[in-house]
Amino acid sequence: MANIDSGFLQIGRMDTLAQGKTWLHRLDPRAKLIAVSVFIVTVVSFDKYTLSALIPFFVFPAILVGAGGLPVRFLMARVLMVAPFAFFIGIFNPLLDRQTFFQMGTIAVSGGWISFGSIMIRFVLTITTVLALIALSGFNGVCLAMEKLGAPKPFVVQLLFLYRYLFVLTDEAIRMVRARSLRAFHSKTMGIKTFASLVGHLLLRALDRAQRIHLAMCCRGFDGRVPMIKPMGLDWKAVAFTVGWCGLFILLRFYNLPLKLGALVTGWVG
Amino acid sequence: MHMADALVSPAVGGLMWAVSAGLIGYSSKKIKEESDDRKIPLMGVMGAFVFATQMINFTIPATGSSGHLGGGMVLAILLGPHAAFLTMVSVLMVQAMFFADGGLLALGCNVFNLGFFPCFIAYPLIYRKIVGNQASRGRMVTAALIAAVMGLQMGAFSVVLQTVCSGITELPFAPFMLLMQPIHLAIGIVEGLATAALILFIWKARPEIMLAAAEKRPLGKISITKVALGILATTLVTGGLLSWFASSKPDGLEWAMFNTAGLEELHNRDQALHAFLDDLQGKTAILPDYGFKSTAEAPKNEESPNWPAVDPATSLAGLVGGVLTLLASIIIGLALRRRKTQELE
Amino acid sequence: MSHHIVETQDLHYTYPDGTMGLCGVSFRITHGESVALVGANGAGKSTLLLHLNGFLTATQGGLRIGDYPLTAKNVKAVRRSVGMVFQDPDDQLFMPTVFDDVAFGPLNLGLPEEEVERRVMSALEIVGVPHLKKRAPYKLSGGEKRSVAIASVLSMAPDILVMDEPTSNLDPRSRSRLIQLLKSFEHTKIIATHDLDMALDVCQRTIVLHQGLITADGPTLALFQDEQLLARSGLEKPLRMQGCPVCGEWKERDHGGYRKGAEAGEA
Ligand SMILES: Nc1ncnc2c1ncn2[C@@H]1O[C@H](COP(=O)(O)OP(=O)(O)O)[C@@H](O)[C@H]1O
Ligand SMILES: [Mg+2]
Repeated sequence: MANIDSGFLQIGRMDTLAQGKTWLHRLDPRAKLIAVSVFIVTVVSFDKYTLSALIPFFVFPAILVGAGGLPVRFLMARVLMVAPFAFFIGIFNPLLDRQTFFQMGTIAVSGGWISFGSIMIRFVLTITTVLALIALSGFNGVCLAMEKLGAPKPFVVQLLFLYRYLFVLTDEAIRMVRARSLRAFHSKTMGIKTFASLVGHLLLRALDRAQRIHLAMCCRGFDGRVPMIKPMGLDWKAVAFTVGWCGLFILLRFYNLPLKLGALVTGWVG
Repeated sequence: MHMADALVSPAVGGLMWAVSAGLIGYSSKKIKEESDDRKIPLMGVMGAFVFATQMINFTIPATGSSGHLGGGMVLAILLGPHAAFLTMVSVLMVQAMFFADGGLLALGCNVFNLGFFPCFIAYPLIYRKIVGNQASRGRMVTAALIAAVMGLQMGAFSVVLQTVCSGITELPFAPFMLLMQPIHLAIGIVEGLATAALILFIWKARPEIMLAAAEKRPLGKISITKVALGILATTLVTGGLLSWFASSKPDGLEWAMFNTAGLEELHNRDQALHAFLDDLQGKTAILPDYGFKSTAEAPKNEESPNWPAVDPATSLAGLVGGVLTLLASIIIGLALRRRKTQELE
Repeated sequence: MSHHIVETQDLHYTYPDGTMGLCGVSFRITHGESVALVGANGAGKSTLLLHLNGFLTATQGGLRIGDYPLTAKNVKAVRRSVGMVFQDPDDQLFMPTVFDDVAFGPLNLGLPEEEVERRVMSALEIVGVPHLKKRAPYKLSGGEKRSVAIASVLSMAPDILVMDEPTSNLDPRSRSRLIQLLKSFEHTKIIATHDLDMALDVCQRTIVLHQGLITADGPTLALFQDEQLLARSGLEKPLRMQGCPVCGEWKERDHGGYRKGAEAGEA
């Protein structure tokens, strides 16, 4: 899990990215959510020895990142930060699966390495698109899209609340952690007792805050329902985006483009 | 112990999503029925609290390594299982989306592992049973500790099952489990200690909060059998649906398991799993040259139509084509970016 | 329009943990009055304000808002006419965007969408921040948050404005802008504060609270000149009424806004 300061910065950065003004930012979040979901399912649906057929899928994150003007380096850093988990589980494959999968010249490539490569590619593909989704739609956009697509209202509303108070509470937490470390000259680490009291104070404050928020809501006529004006009509651009991309994904799922392309090229060369 | 998209097969991911979605719907309905309108902001703020505190590390006594709060059990104790479950889902969702912890498809798995077990199993069946009717400090602390440990153990076991059933990694069931359970026992104890310490703190500072949390919800309201039946039904229905969709795709073994057995039988190590286990054990026992591929059907079955396979010419073609396509993708992305920056200038 | 009377009679309140919040508070505020509620930290200001919208119910004594005593039945109507601005704007701005937030109240009133939109925009214009409407509340500065919080209450068209420490956490510029804004409102105003300079500017009348009891109730300027009273209530004279640290003399500063405020206080 991220360190609290960097975690906070990261959320803030993603949130700022979502304020962008490109056509991808303006696009109905539902379209992006659906396209990304279909993308992920398609990518993971390949069997574990797939390498080349996965490559064309990079076009989707590439376009999202390119046309959305997202910072590549920042996204890459995020991907690298979570990479170890996939890496450590994936690295067992070359150790356990040693049968030669194919021979290229004198080099024999084992199935384990192929499937390990496949895992890492899937990993990069799925993670970059999810990060791009948030950076292009914002968390609130995704929440509203979910609600429009049928997620239960109480769930979505509390999700919006969570995101709203994430900033306030994380900020509070950071201040407390900082104040503690300023006074704890000797140790950089926090014992469980200090932890419990620090987090406990945070919790009590959070509970009080929840009560005050509820009060503020009641003062403005809250009766259990949270009303919202959300002009979210269907526009042809969003539909075209969704249908176009999903169509392409499915096509690429059953048609190995690189293989055909490569056959063409090597055919010419040879 | 977040599952990642790259390690989940669509079948497992889809199934866990369906189960989780069912639980979200069920819990939302319960929340609506409770019609306690304080709950909604409370859930949001508590979610933000758990999210924030998960980033605060403390030192584990006598080891020097660090741990953090899981949050599921604290939420369940303070909010009750339904609200806690929804809140946990939200926390996991934010983590998946902002920190790429897990992923969208694996979210279903993570919700199940880290939300379902603490909220719907460990809390009602362990915590509440231990606390009983007379909420005392000692009981609450003990209960929190045990329930947190057990919740995490179940979650870890579930991770093992999901990973093995997905079949993306070669990790065999038994050794993987033998690795995961003890690690998560350690993590669970740490988490349990943190939970217990937090509960103790609140008990001292504001006992009325703990008392209210202990009193308000009679256990009868959480219908475990209903939840269990619901999960079983979703499992069967989605398992059936998904397999119907994907029966053409040779995801072999796990399909067979889900189709014939449903989740439950996995626990009983029924035939499918048994065969699977024997197979895997065989492999781990004779590692070096006894080719892993004694699962002969697996790779052969799994050769997708897209990978006509072991012929070197095709491999070369795949390699060349792959590089070309990758380059093309990058160029498209760069071109779009260039255009955009030009527009801006 | 009703007469917007706010009247309390011998209000007592004890918190569940036994802390005495209020120990017998009685006053009467009538239409158009602008009243400062001053007192040290923990004097019971917030506790008193929470009674005005029915969030806390007095353990003893009564409360009238408008023409009727406040009861569980009419609490909703009362909340509509009493607009409450909380001390921490973060508690008040809970929706994803500024627009949603200001629209929250009107939508709950069941108004049609065009009317809601009109009200939201006019409320944002009154406080001078219509350009913020699409922003997220957590991205605003302290002063902007306060303005939006006030707008979110104004959009409900309340008769009475109740504010808890509106100038806390504001920088000097935002603070004086807020003071100008508050002076421009025609509403009946009840402002809890320990910013006595602000009280001097905005409110003709002041109620001094100390340990849950009213220690004085009268014209602002007169009360603030009574040093003994202020000392007894744990307060100090407004800065501008204290001696000049350089020349040692009591001089009224010549800042337009402040000066006018002081005159209003005397009037
Ligand atoms: N939720 C609470 N529980 C117990 N005591 C409280 C609570 N809120 C306030 N108090 C106590 O009530 C008294 C009045 O507090 P408050 O009205 O907040 O003061 P002020 O707003 O004037 O600073 C204080 O002694 C405070 O400690
Ligand atoms: Mg106060």
